[in-house]
Amino acid sequence: MFKIPDWFTSWSAKNPKDIYGPAILVGAVGGAVFVAALIVTWGYPAPTVSTQTGPRGTGMSITDFARDAGRPDPTIEGFVSFDVVPPQPGDARAGDVIENAEPLLADLTVANYERLIRAMQEWTGIPDLLETEEENYQTIVARSMIEMTQNINEGWVGHVGDTGVTCYTCHRGEPVPNEIWFKITPVNMAAAGWSAVQNRATPQSQFTSLPSDALEKLLLDGERISVHDLEPRVRTMPGDPTWQDTERTYSLMNYFSNALGVNCLFCHNSAAFFDPAQVTPQWANASIGISMVLEINNDWLVPLGDVLPEHRLGPIHGDAPKAACATCHQGYSKPLQGLPVLSDWPELATTGEPVYE
Amino acid sequence: MPEYQNIFTQVQVQGPPEWGMDNENNLGSERAGTPGFSSLIGWIGNAQLGPIYLGWFGIISLATGTLWLNIIGINMLAQVGWSIPEFIRQLFWLALEPPSPQYGLSMPPLNDGGWYMIASFFLLVSVMSWWLRTYLLAEAHGMGKHVAWAFLAAIWLFLVLGLFRPILMGSWSEMVPYGIFPHLDWTTAFSIRYGNLYYNPFHCLSIVFLYGSVLLFAMHGATILSVTRLGGDRELEQIVDRGTASERAALFWRWTMGFNATMEGIHRWAWWFAVLTPITGGIGILLTGTVVDNWYLWAVEKNFAPSYDGFYGYEFYANGGN
Repeated sequence: MFKIPDWFTSWSAKNPKDIYGPAILVGAVGGAVFVAALIVTWGYPAPTVSTQTGPRGTGMSITDFARDAGRPDPTIEGFVSFDVVPPQPGDARAGDVIENAEPLLADLTVANYERLIRAMQEWTGIPDLLETEEENYQTIVARSMIEMTQNINEGWVGHVGDTGVTCYTCHRGEPVPNEIWFKITPVNMAAAGWSAVQNRATPQSQFTSLPSDALEKLLLDGERISVHDLEPRVRTMPGDPTWQDTERTYSLMNYFSNALGVNCLFCHNSAAFFDPAQVTPQWANASIGISMVLEINNDWLVPLGDVLPEHRLGPIHGDAPKAACATCHQGYSKPLQGLPVLSDWPELATTGEPVYE
Repeated sequence: MPEYQNIFTQVQVQGPPEWGMDNENNLGSERAGTPGFSSLIGWIGNAQLGPIYLGWFGIISLATGTLWLNIIGINMLAQVGWSIPEFIRQLFWLALEPPSPQYGLSMPPLNDGGWYMIASFFLLVSVMSWWLRTYLLAEAHGMGKHVAWAFLAAIWLFLVLGLFRPILMGSWSEMVPYGIFPHLDWTTAFSIRYGNLYYNPFHCLSIVFLYGSVLLFAMHGATILSVTRLGGDRELEQIVDRGTASERAALFWRWTMGFNATMEGIHRWAWWFAVLTPITGGIGILLTGTVVDNWYLWAVEKNFAPSYDGFYGYEFYANGGN
């Protein structure tokens, strides 16, 4: 068998050498070289792609993980739509033919009434929506939500554009949209004021220690979103923001960022966040969106608190479910990646008489 | 065969504990604790642990410091409903926060910053006692007060953040939260609120001295280690009686960059760079919100930040991302 020769053993005994130090060094350096070689030859495991969104030299770009970039929103597949049935003169109206037809839609032709009801049932995942024997809370909520949808598509065209929204934009086939939010403050026990609304990993703080009341204060109560003073020198004015305002805004911006799957540069020139002359076109669109969300929450959703059963209300304050960016956007800068959901649905596009083309 | 190396001290001297000098000041009688030896700490320094001089100021400092830490910890525990698992899980998120802004400079309720004010008072006593300790102990040893003055520079920044600036701003809510992530949130919000602190020239200076300290520390440490073989680590002897270690170290730098510090002067370089870091930083913080409200706009006004009022052409890049 193989045997270490005597000359080697005796030479080693006469020449003691610390081999551990060099071994660790060689191991560490060798390991680093190996990993570096892997990255160079096999590629970075989480590659990113950047889209330039501003003039050269301003550093304006949006970065995505490459694996997400080309991937379609999986909920697009679930969107159901039926072709318009152009009304002919003399077509019967739903209110005259169908027993217990929803009064809000009673003027539609029978064919269009039925296709709209069918679609709404699919979009919301409520199989008997507006077809129950008796009115239930879902009937009342649906009526209000149809009006809200019409109002958004008509009054907030500056934000939703021609793409528009339908029930599916929020519901995605679920009776309760999965990106709604409730008031959760105070989040800390044995604390009040500024101490009570932050420093907990909550969904509303985006799991940071930032304030958890940003949506509540800024997208429901309508407090001013303020960050800094636009005067270089101190000239104390009433309403100058405090650093607490800045921190709450930072929490809101984290929410925006995750809700839309974008970074700061989607809306701001980060060299001058404060300057309305240097923002991107998306900033203006987002500003309209903020006003829209305030209206949706205060005029449409909060009043539903009286209608919804207790188990649909908030776990802490028993408040109505509320909406914000993520409720529609769900991680994309355009909900459903810009799928033109309204094209088949003139009934939902206006608060007036639908226009069939 | 044992060998002497400079990264870790591989040869440790462990014998009868070394008690230090005792003289007419009765330094020895004030020493507390039985000295012991630890091979573990011997790897990074002297293997002997203790005795220690506590003195009245040491005791006050440790007691008030402990109170400060415990008030924070118990408040955090109360915030999670006295649940130890939640306390551990949320520890990096939790904080004892300064009062809400509406209380100004008055004493707020205990659950909205009151405990914070009490804890801060104890911290103030603790830090100032520890400073007195560094001063008095240096005096007892017949030393210069360099350590005390350097520590006072750090205390200056601490007092600006927690005492001077809040008083000038008229609100204790300007103080810094005691919490791991929350104090970082404060730092970010503070910088953004005042238009980006990087445009504050004193913040710039502070960074210069901070990075400068790091550089000097590395240069000096490396220089001394590189001539240890020649006795260079006996720095005091080298200062009064320059030997080949100093000569080589000095020649190395002179021939590398044309200039070299002296064996004594390098320590003044290091001391001033370290001390100027919090001094300049403190000035910068003190001016923020009291004199300047938006550092970026101030810098534009002073022509050292560019003002971009040009054509952006965003409409040509209307849609990015997904």
